[in-house]
Amino acid sequence: MSLPLALPRQLSRQQRSGLSSAWRQPLALAGIAIVVSWILLAILAPLIVRGDPLAQDFPRFLPPSPQHWFGTDGVGRDVLTRTIYGARISIPLALLLVSLSLLTGSLLGALAGYFGGLVDELVMRAADLVFAFPTLILAMAVLAALGPGLQNAVLAIVVVAWPAYARVVRGLVMSTRGADYVNATRLLGASARRALVIDVLPNVAGPVLVLATLDLGAAILLLSGLSFLGLGARPPAPEWGSMIATGAQTFNFWWVGTFPGLAILTVVLGFNFLGDTLRDALDPRTSRDIRQRVL
Amino acid sequence: MLLGVGITFVAFVLTHLVPGDPAAANLGQRAIADPAAVAAFRAHYGLDKPLPQQYLIYVANLAHGDFGESQQSHRPVRDDLAEYVPATLELSSTAIAISLVFGIGLGVTAAMNRDRVVDQVLRVITLAGVSMPTFWLALVALYIVFFKLGWAPSGGRLDPGQLPDGHVTGFYTIDALLAGDWPTFTSAVAHILLPASVLALYTVSLLTRFTRASVLEVLGNDYIRAARAKGLPERIVIVRHILRAALVPVITVAGVAFGSLLTGTVLVETIFAWPGIGQYAYRSATNLDLPAIMGVSLFVAVVYITVNFAVDLLYGIIDPRIRVG
Amino acid sequence: MSALLVLDGLSVWLPSREGQVAVVDHIDLEVQPGEVVGVAGESGSGKTMTALALLGLLPPHAVTEGRAVFGDRDLLKINRRELRHLRGRDIGMVFQDPMTSLHPMLTIERQLTEHVRYHRGVSRAEARRDAITMLEEVRIPDPAGALNAYPHQFSGGMRQRIAIAIALACSPQLLIADEPTTAVDVTVQAGILRLFNRLRERSSLSIMFITHDLGVMASIADRLYIFYAGRVVESGPTGDLLTRPRHPYTRGLLDALPHPEGEPMPLRPIAGAPPAPAARPPGCPFHPRCPYMLASCAVDVPTLEPIGGGRRLACPVDPLREAS
Repeated sequence: MSLPLALPRQLSRQQRSGLSSAWRQPLALAGIAIVVSWILLAILAPLIVRGDPLAQDFPRFLPPSPQHWFGTDGVGRDVLTRTIYGARISIPLALLLVSLSLLTGSLLGALAGYFGGLVDELVMRAADLVFAFPTLILAMAVLAALGPGLQNAVLAIVVVAWPAYARVVRGLVMSTRGADYVNATRLLGASARRALVIDVLPNVAGPVLVLATLDLGAAILLLSGLSFLGLGARPPAPEWGSMIATGAQTFNFWWVGTFPGLAILTVVLGFNFLGDTLRDALDPRTSRDIRQRVL
Repeated sequence: MLLGVGITFVAFVLTHLVPGDPAAANLGQRAIADPAAVAAFRAHYGLDKPLPQQYLIYVANLAHGDFGESQQSHRPVRDDLAEYVPATLELSSTAIAISLVFGIGLGVTAAMNRDRVVDQVLRVITLAGVSMPTFWLALVALYIVFFKLGWAPSGGRLDPGQLPDGHVTGFYTIDALLAGDWPTFTSAVAHILLPASVLALYTVSLLTRFTRASVLEVLGNDYIRAARAKGLPERIVIVRHILRAALVPVITVAGVAFGSLLTGTVLVETIFAWPGIGQYAYRSATNLDLPAIMGVSLFVAVVYITVNFAVDLLYGIIDPRIRVG
Repeated sequence: MSALLVLDGLSVWLPSREGQVAVVDHIDLEVQPGEVVGVAGESGSGKTMTALALLGLLPPHAVTEGRAVFGDRDLLKINRRELRHLRGRDIGMVFQDPMTSLHPMLTIERQLTEHVRYHRGVSRAEARRDAITMLEEVRIPDPAGALNAYPHQFSGGMRQRIAIAIALACSPQLLIADEPTTAVDVTVQAGILRLFNRLRERSSLSIMFITHDLGVMASIADRLYIFYAGRVVESGPTGDLLTRPRHPYTRGLLDALPHPEGEPMPLRPIAGAPPAPAARPPGCPFHPRCPYMLASCAVDVPTLEPIGGGRRLACPVDPLREAS
């Protein structure tokens, strides 16, 4: 008797605590606003700022002024132009390397979780190995092996980033593998691969999305850190990390290094705002690995 | 143990995939042109032997505490590590102490004021904390505190001309205290505070967020309601009842956070001229100094594993249910 | 003799998605010194919220109304500090599930003595001696050894005995027991009930015993309050009330119980389910499920009126009279 009444209410409550409410939170809105602005800046850079990020058209070390909002650097390049062009390096590379780690990690994790046994053992031991090294030091070692450069920096970060996805996906696949509805699909005659796609994938998508969003921020931090150390992007490329490294050599002219740093901070903050609210919204279904991941 | 073999293997394979020739990186222009000098260099560092043999030699040497010889400093890597490790340990343990005090304190504050203004503000601040590029923050801090305000020294562990008081612990602050050398102690503290704080910002944020989540989970438990029903003052309820239960997962994260601290040392030590293994790792990586990189990687991995082992032990001390099993 | 505890129109409002909701709605209730008062009702009927309101342990945004006079003080008006000093010292509380109500990481000694030492300022040694006596009182084997143990080393029944010892450690005048027998095995239940009976005989302890189990009530309570949807619908001496229930809801509850000694007869569950606090019907909250409903029941809220013999009833229809 009370059932038909109770059911719709429960459903609506679930919806409210789910995704739709996340978008109404100020933090999520701020995150979206920041990320979208930066993506637009990256795409429209040539239309927004005049000049070439590499052109040494101006006097050296001009302080911020109406002509040069962020001033000019040691060889007379406009810092604003370079900072905005920096987004065209960092954001696409972050997207690329997170996609690569996501694909590699998820695939390995799914295989490990689905087949178990030796496959599982191999993949997870490899993941443990990577976890035993601090990220930057391992990435530095990989970079030292491959040689410095942006492409290799991306590869190095993929090497240190995939295990997180492998762990999360493996855990989720293992927990859904034994679930009744998955067994039901298989009893209906679906192949293992099909069952994986139909039943397991939807359960994995949410948590992996959260992880990837948070990872975008981490990736930009790591990439710019490596470039700062001179192992990633090489000058004169307008990469934020290496711009800061240049600024560090000319302490008197604070604007050279300050603005690229603010750029990193805001982009990463945007992704973290997004990821954080996404995680809250998806919480009941989020795996323990992600809830424990505080970043 | 298995992990140990794995780590040495990975460290070895990684650093031997080098397309760049270490001989080229470490010998001068003129020496490169001289085949005899190159051959001597390779023979000296065992580079002329087949890779599997190089690995076995490396591991056999490791068993004796021999990490090989640095191609830059021409000293045993073990000696280099012995020189730089105390500096890094002093820096990172100061940073982890700062992180624990502030992270747990702020996390409890946020949780007890859930959804109020304090909590919201802390959420934004800690998110900013984990979004901060450490190297940039280090520069900004250095610019403001040293360059503009002149409140802190620019880098290093002591003022020029000052000498540490012996090498009992390798921690300049503690050694100075042991020797009763007040001026050296204050100088050492003044030098370590800024880099340690910069290094700690990320882990403070991390621990604040995690402590908050953990405390909120504990707050919902009946035994906390029971503690309140006993009429205990809030201070005791928080410290003895809530924190005791909430700390177990927080300590796990603190162990993991220690790893990220060591990562941060590479950037922070480079900027603050802190003579530790972070700086050493950076120099080694940019010079393709194989034995040195492997030594650092191994050392750091060992520290990481040790810390996590210690965390497991701590678990048992805090939670009696684990102690029995 | 003046009452130890008097609830006078106690209401508790909790915020919800539908706005403020009264989970406890004008409750009148009395506990005399040395008396065991049973509070019975289905889950969600406001029993636990009533207890938490007395101790000031309601969720942060709860609002209370009315009076709750304990001795000569109104628990709803006194400041937090004063209330805190009453908690644990003058009013003890036992929770439903002993598996979760003891702190898993603190020794029994710590949990049994910390509030005694705080409220009474006694030495550690003295508190420890008292604790051993308390554990003997609740029949824990090897009390001295038990002090150094942790909760997970005891069975559910033993843990509940320890929880009772903790609640009674400061010799409170009033013990609030919230479903203390619900989460333990049936065989253990009987032992716990015997313990409560022994404790009250030995001292002048008053107990507010909350349970949904009328069978348990019959064996422990002197007087009974039947809660429905946040209100008291009927009250009176236990024996009389259970043998001659006057409210249709109480009757329904009793008809839904098996009678092992009596003639076999079919169990009759009450049709429908209790309303959610936010969706309570106007008038008598029970009227949609009531087989004796009158037209006025959907409009007028019945008040709790004395009907003689220490009984009170909130119902215009009297099923007994109707039946005869």
